[in-house]
Amino acid sequence: MPATSLLGPSLGLSAILFSLGVAGVLLRRNAIVLFMCIELMLNAVNLSFIALAQLHGSGGQIIVLFVMTVAAAEAAVGLAIILAIFRLKQSVDLKQLNLLQG
Amino acid sequence: MTFSHAVWLAVALPLAGFLVNGALALRRPRATGLVSVVGPGVLVAAFVVAAGIFLELWREPPHAPTVVSLWSWLPVGQLQVDLAFQVDQLSAVMLLIVTGVGSLIHLYSVGYMKADPGYARFFAYMNLFVAFMLVLVLGSSFPVMFIGWEGVGLCSYLLIGFWFNDKVNADAGLKAFIMNRIGDVGFLVAMFLIWRAFGSLDFTWVTGHAADTLAPGGAVVTAITLFLFLGCTGKSAQIPLYTWLPDAMAGPTPVSALIHAATMVTAGVYLVARTNVLFALAPVSSTIVAGIGALTALFAATIALRQYDIKKVLAYSTVSQLGYMFVGVGTGAYAAGMFHLATHAFFKALLFLGAGSVIHAMHEAYHATHSHEDAQDMRNMGGLRHAMPWTFGLMLVATLAIAGIPPFSGFFSKDEILSAAFARGGEAPIYYLFYAMGILAALLTAYYMARLMAMTFLGPNRTGERERTHLHEAPWIMTGPLLALGVLSTVGGALNLPHLVGGHSALERWLEPVLAPGLAVGRLSMPEGSTEYLLVGAAVAIGVIGLLLGFRATLGRGILPAREAPPDTGFALVLNRKYYIDELYEAVVVRPLLWLSRVVLWRGVDQGLVDGAAVNGAAWTSRVFGGGLRLLQTGHVGAYVVLFLVGALWILRAVIR
Repeated sequence: MPATSLLGPSLGLSAILFSLGVAGVLLRRNAIVLFMCIELMLNAVNLSFIALAQLHGSGGQIIVLFVMTVAAAEAAVGLAIILAIFRLKQSVDLKQLNLLQG
Repeated sequence: MTFSHAVWLAVALPLAGFLVNGALALRRPRATGLVSVVGPGVLVAAFVVAAGIFLELWREPPHAPTVVSLWSWLPVGQLQVDLAFQVDQLSAVMLLIVTGVGSLIHLYSVGYMKADPGYARFFAYMNLFVAFMLVLVLGSSFPVMFIGWEGVGLCSYLLIGFWFNDKVNADAGLKAFIMNRIGDVGFLVAMFLIWRAFGSLDFTWVTGHAADTLAPGGAVVTAITLFLFLGCTGKSAQIPLYTWLPDAMAGPTPVSALIHAATMVTAGVYLVARTNVLFALAPVSSTIVAGIGALTALFAATIALRQYDIKKVLAYSTVSQLGYMFVGVGTGAYAAGMFHLATHAFFKALLFLGAGSVIHAMHEAYHATHSHEDAQDMRNMGGLRHAMPWTFGLMLVATLAIAGIPPFSGFFSKDEILSAAFARGGEAPIYYLFYAMGILAALLTAYYMARLMAMTFLGPNRTGERERTHLHEAPWIMTGPLLALGVLSTVGGALNLPHLVGGHSALERWLEPVLAPGLAVGRLSMPEGSTEYLLVGAAVAIGVIGLLLGFRATLGRGILPAREAPPDTGFALVLNRKYYIDELYEAVVVRPLLWLSRVVLWRGVDQGLVDGAAVNGAAWTSRVFGGGLRLLQTGHVGAYVVLFLVGALWILRAVIR
């Protein structure tokens, strides 16, 4: 089975995962879940990069390494913020984070 | 090094006096001794310089003026104006009059202002005035003259409002300043026009090139001269801008004598004489000048008939005599105008200073008894000749001079102006009308002066029983200058004795080099022989009749003190209220202007447009927009994400297409 034949299913899976991530970000109130949804979106994009690298050379694979690095850094910072919010509010519910509301 | 090249000293000395006295006024207001030396001292020193310059010119009359340039003042492209002084026969005469009469009046002020708390300030202003007046007469170009022109206006304002604690005095100063400002606009516009036509503002250039630059009787020269004359009507108090001068009497009397009789108000006459060639080239303007002069002479003389304030009579008399001078220069008899300027400076300064002595005595008398009667109202005077024989005698001399009785100075100068107007009538009949108005004004002049003398010095005394013993002659420091002015008023006619009495028109020949450009355009042929005798005879007869009528009418009638006097009625009231001209100006100019300022400019433009539409409008606009945009800032992260997503999809759509 040629490698390109997996391209369509890979991109389709990527699109489904990305949409799930967006829906999660939009609908969920829990900061941790929201954070996981963002990770889901990042990995969906990684998947499409890997798949498309089959057609356009290895650039996509290199980008994926960068994305994973940034995602790791983001996870560290993001979790630290969530931890700080929890200490402040005793909750990670986004509805309560409305101090900037005019 | 000659005196002419040291002419800047004449300006620098009073200016230094101003600085010294000004510093004393600020730091040591009690140092009256030093002020008494510095104030009149710098004037006397300036007079010495002036006399030196005059003698130098006398020994060797130059044909071209000496221009002493101090520094380059306005080097702007093609416009090159130096701060330069011009010494010639005309400015030398003015220099002598200003410093000479100025010195006498400064000396007089030492006595008159002695008890005033603003003694040093007074002399500072007076010195500054003389410095500016000398810049005015010595300036070698229109802009330099304009410095002096504005400067004397400033000093006039400061000195009219010298006793500024009284709002009336401060208002009078403002009125003088504003009226003069209207005239100054005319002077400025005239300068612009001259610059356009000549490309230079120097007197020597303009007088030298006027005849071949400007078409005689053309629109340009007529416009220039009319705008110049507008400046003159402001400064020299002619119709329609004369109303400030009578109000200017609010200042101390020496100020009235120096600024509002002898020197500053004659600046307009000097300006016309200085630019004689322009006026000679514009016959229409000259006729207007003479006409306004004749009208003012007559009009002001009628008002003087029914004034009770001694200074007001003299103020209207000054306006009237200035009218005569303009008749002279408007007729083309520039020398006659300048002659009358000189003699008027003598006898009018004498009259004002004499009136000052009278007011001084009256004021002291009322002060001694703590009475609050009006010390300037002639109805409260009468019979003062016993208490003040010197003042009476000297003022009588001035009265005879102003009334035109030979051999006093005023006779010669006034007669020359009237003869010139009569002579011009031969070619332009309207000048016969001006002559008639002048003669009538001369009759009224003699009448109101006789009335003034009779009410002040003759008849029974009306000051009051208790005050009578306090009336006494002024100190010698005041009567001394009066005496000098009395001599000048008597023999001043010798300056320009006509051929008729064996003279040879000295002043006229003296001024010939300066007046030649104007005279070259149109020289008057003065009447001679029987016509001359007839004119002189008529003038003398008019003067004598006026005096006799004035004395008879005033002495024949019982006069009551101001407190008990019945109010005037009929035409006398109209005259006493000065034809209601002030009320007319108030209604026609002042009130509409105030309304315009208040309702349209203040409430409408400033509060409505600037504050309302522009300033508050901008604030309102940003507040409304800000209020609208604020609604987007909900604070819900989810809402931001939705918006973010919508935007991202929107961009994605555009990219994919």
